[in-house]
Amino acid sequence: MSAPPGLAVEHLDAWYGAAQVLYDVTFTVGRGEVVALMGRNGAGKSTTMKAVMGLLARRRGVVRLNGRDISGLKPFEIARLGMGYTPEDRRIFSELTVLENLDAGRQPPRHFADGTPAPLWTPETLFRLFPNLAELRDRPGGRMSGGEQQMLTIARTLMGNPLVVLLDEPSEGIAPVIVEQIADTIVELKKRGLSILLSEQNAAFAQIVSDRAYMLEKGQIRWAGTMAELADNTDVQRNYLTL
Amino acid sequence: MTSLVVTSLSKNFGAVRAVDNVSFSIAGGEFLALIGPNGAGKSTCFNMINGQLAPDGGTVLFDGRGIAGLPPREICRRGIARTFQVAATFGSMTVAENVQMALIAHTREIYRWWRRAASYHRPRALDLLRQVGMQDAADRPCSELAYGDVKRVELAIALASDPQLLLMDEPTAGMAPGERNDLIRLVKALVIERGVSVLFTEHSMDVVFAFADRIVVMARGRIIADGDAKSVRGDPLVQQAYFGSGRTFERAGGVS
Amino acid sequence: MNWEGLAFQAVDGLASASGLFFVAAGLSLIFGVTRIINIAHGSLYMLGTYIAVSLASAIGGPLGFWGGVAATAIIVGVIGALIEIVLLRRIYSAPELFQLLATFALLLVINDAALWLWGPQDLLGPRAPGLRGSLEILGRHMPSYDAFLIVIAPVVLCVLHIVFVRSRFGRLVRAATEDRDMLGALGVNQSVLFTAVFALGAFLAGLGGALQMPREPASLGTDLTVITDAFVVVVVGGMGSIVGSYVAAVIIAEVKALCIGIGLVALGGVSVNFSKFTLIAEFLVMAVVLVARPQGLLGRPQIAVRGEAALEAPIRSASRTLTVFGIAVLVILAALPFLARSSPYTLVLGVDVLIAVLFATSLHFIMGPGGMHSFGHAAYFGLGAYGAALAVRWFAAPMGLALAAAPVAAALGALLFGWFAVRLSGVYLAMLTLAFAQIIWSIIYQWQDLTGGSNGVLGIWPNPPFDRLPVFFLLSLALVAAGVVLMRRILLAPFGYAMRAGRDSPLRAEAIGIDVKKVHWLAFAVAGTVCGVAGGIFAFAKGSISPETISIDHSVNGLVMVLLGGLGTLSGPIVGASVFAILQDFVMQETEYWHALLGGIILVLVLAFPSGLVGGFLRIAARWRRP
Repeated sequence: MSAPPGLAVEHLDAWYGAAQVLYDVTFTVGRGEVVALMGRNGAGKSTTMKAVMGLLARRRGVVRLNGRDISGLKPFEIARLGMGYTPEDRRIFSELTVLENLDAGRQPPRHFADGTPAPLWTPETLFRLFPNLAELRDRPGGRMSGGEQQMLTIARTLMGNPLVVLLDEPSEGIAPVIVEQIADTIVELKKRGLSILLSEQNAAFAQIVSDRAYMLEKGQIRWAGTMAELADNTDVQRNYLTL
Repeated sequence: MTSLVVTSLSKNFGAVRAVDNVSFSIAGGEFLALIGPNGAGKSTCFNMINGQLAPDGGTVLFDGRGIAGLPPREICRRGIARTFQVAATFGSMTVAENVQMALIAHTREIYRWWRRAASYHRPRALDLLRQVGMQDAADRPCSELAYGDVKRVELAIALASDPQLLLMDEPTAGMAPGERNDLIRLVKALVIERGVSVLFTEHSMDVVFAFADRIVVMARGRIIADGDAKSVRGDPLVQQAYFGSGRTFERAGGVS
Repeated sequence: MNWEGLAFQAVDGLASASGLFFVAAGLSLIFGVTRIINIAHGSLYMLGTYIAVSLASAIGGPLGFWGGVAATAIIVGVIGALIEIVLLRRIYSAPELFQLLATFALLLVINDAALWLWGPQDLLGPRAPGLRGSLEILGRHMPSYDAFLIVIAPVVLCVLHIVFVRSRFGRLVRAATEDRDMLGALGVNQSVLFTAVFALGAFLAGLGGALQMPREPASLGTDLTVITDAFVVVVVGGMGSIVGSYVAAVIIAEVKALCIGIGLVALGGVSVNFSKFTLIAEFLVMAVVLVARPQGLLGRPQIAVRGEAALEAPIRSASRTLTVFGIAVLVILAALPFLARSSPYTLVLGVDVLIAVLFATSLHFIMGPGGMHSFGHAAYFGLGAYGAALAVRWFAAPMGLALAAAPVAAALGALLFGWFAVRLSGVYLAMLTLAFAQIIWSIIYQWQDLTGGSNGVLGIWPNPPFDRLPVFFLLSLALVAAGVVLMRRILLAPFGYAMRAGRDSPLRAEAIGIDVKKVHWLAFAVAGTVCGVAGGIFAFAKGSISPETISIDHSVNGLVMVLLGGLGTLSGPIVGASVFAILQDFVMQETEYWHALLGGIILVLVLAFPSGLVGGFLRIAARWRRP
């Protein structure tokens, strides 16, 4: 029997108030796999992540984390089972310093479904991954640049030693040099066996770090395939990505 | 005839320049889309025109008169109506009463305190509801409607003040895929009939390209393109703003 | 004026600031994390004093005192945790109004529990062992214990600061104050955090209460006075800011001390006693801060949305059945003087019910359709009552004129206070209206020469033929019916629709050209005016009035009547007020523990019948109709 995928989403519907925003979304992310959710602004990428994390009050469908059904759980319970979430707007605690922000994300060590230990993160190991942060450790979160905040929000999520990471638009509004660093980080996390779901508008960025992609449009999945298939398929690119 | 002229509009939030020296104009009867990636400054720009935010710099002229910094209700009285990204209606009123409320406000009768509001402007309200296809729901509570229908009611509310300019913030957000084109087609038909100009922000590109007369593209607080669908689609700056150039990743070896 | 005296008062002010700081810090902390204003926080302080006095006298000696203080803080902390687990957890997602009411109910219950446990007499505590002496400051003697209090508040502030910076708990509390949902997504269980924060807040209140024991006796009135002071402090300092609480506590205490220090001053030939203006001075500071910097001195702006209306059915004009029923009730009431000739008490009760109906309907007018949750509606009732009574007392006005003075006085008050109130929303509005009621109360209470102070105004009797109860009853009926019909018409007219529009969606209302603030301001004034009529009738019905008419108790009775009837219908307040007034009449005489009963009723309503009696009835009726 093969191990269940890190993240499996089946027939997910979601609403903002009375407005339905996701329709029958189904996808998987395997262990050590990076999957990109792609599509234009407003296609439903961030909403999918929020629904998976339990942050949308009204949702329907099944979400499994390492085979375990987490559909009805609260966000903190989902996080404690090993799901890490970095929101698009980063949501750094602006009054807390870098170290304090990291501490707020701290959780106990964790194991993969097969019993092997998951990567264990401490502020020191994270500072090796993000050297810029090391110099800012006592800086309040509110006084950092967008790129620095982006690194901090990823680092804060890793402090929870997650098995699955949801990265919402990690490259948005960030200087190219930091985008590269974040790409390196994603590759590094993949190597360590984490399952990563990435939402991305930046096709170039997605090409580099991802294994597979799902194309979202108007809250529905319209196409699924490997990155190589996507690169060859100009129709899909034109229909769902370019103007 | 020019309806709205925006000149050097700017707004800062702390150290962030959310809207940076933005200028554009809308001609009478024009259907203009304002688009751009998340965080481009569309909403901020939009909220300065509708009066929800006061600009830090620049002017907004409507029919030759400055409206920047006026409260929303004044802007409405000058002939600019709007719809919201999350449709805003009055949940404790019926569909017809929602439109009647807007008509009462438009005719400056809100301080009347004896005759029943339900008897004010009812035929006119029903006529507006007929135009948006909601006449059958006139006496239903607005809170019971499906979201797509709420959006139509909101359109009728906006049209009640007989505007010359209609501001629509993501008119199709939150609507089922099939309903989107219907709504925009309806808006387009109504505004052509009335000679109203429309400024709208939108994420749904097929809607934008199918219906907009002209497209203004913003990125990082500035306007990077202004033209018809074809010229905007082919603009390399626009492509880059939306999707990145890919140059960043040459070192990593993968280029799309 | 004597500078040394002033300086001495200033130092003394610092000592009273410490007690205030403990309560306010707890209140602010709890609000920051849970977004609940705990009106029962003053009760925790009060419990602190009672428990500490009991422990100190039971054990005795330094251990009894100092050990008792420590034990008290812990006991009250545990009580706080229990309250959070048993009650608050159920209402975190309830509308703000219900949260306020639930904690208010708690205040009532705790007050009666204290009455039952400790009796109605004030309890004097022992003096602090080791700190019985005094220090000489500026040529005067200051109790050593006061000096200790001056020092202890900043010490606790520092300890709290260290906890918040150094401990993981403190960091999580700070993070939760900023963005509790994100903290949840990082795996932090909010329930545990909330319980801990509530316990800490209660611990501080208990500590504050216990430490006051040598200065003030344990008294049943403390809960309300302390919570009003603490509100002011928290609003001035900024919700959620502990340092702000300290700064504001010092400012408020100093302003009060200054008023006392200035004392009697001759201003342009009139001698003014500033020491009577302490409460007013305190609320003036708050009003200035609220208008100039609504988030408080050190607070961060809240995203405050005025009590977003729960989905409410459209108001329909009365069906034929309802109109017929209403007319029938009116006819029966008009015939009551003849029907009830054998029991005149029926008419006395009838007048009480009518007054309650007008009071509740006017409150519902701004609370329901206006969406402004006034916690101080008794202010306008009291202004009306005093307007009428003082017109009789000072100008020997005939009843007709005095009854006309009532709504005028109330309208002026409502216009003034309403101007401030509509600039705020949610809990801030509730607190401001409560504070305004307290200002009116304190002016009337303290301005003895004009108002008779605590004795009130006596001998306000109706002129013939209204001195006969049946005639007076009919007059009341006519006035109340006119008031109710007027408000109903207004609510069904464009103005009432504009009120609801501003409540349902302020953004949309502004976008179609409605000046929401102005509409709500006028609505506030209309409600106040009509309420003033109720106050006027009340003055003549009772023949005497006292500051009791403006008490917070009275404001809360109004809230309970409205809630009992339900917010969503126009007939709700009429039914609610009638049921409440009759219930009060029968039950209040039977039990010493009316407050606890009232609190119990509120809790049942909030937890089980959120749409009130009429709403519940309509729901059942609807179920019957469509099986």
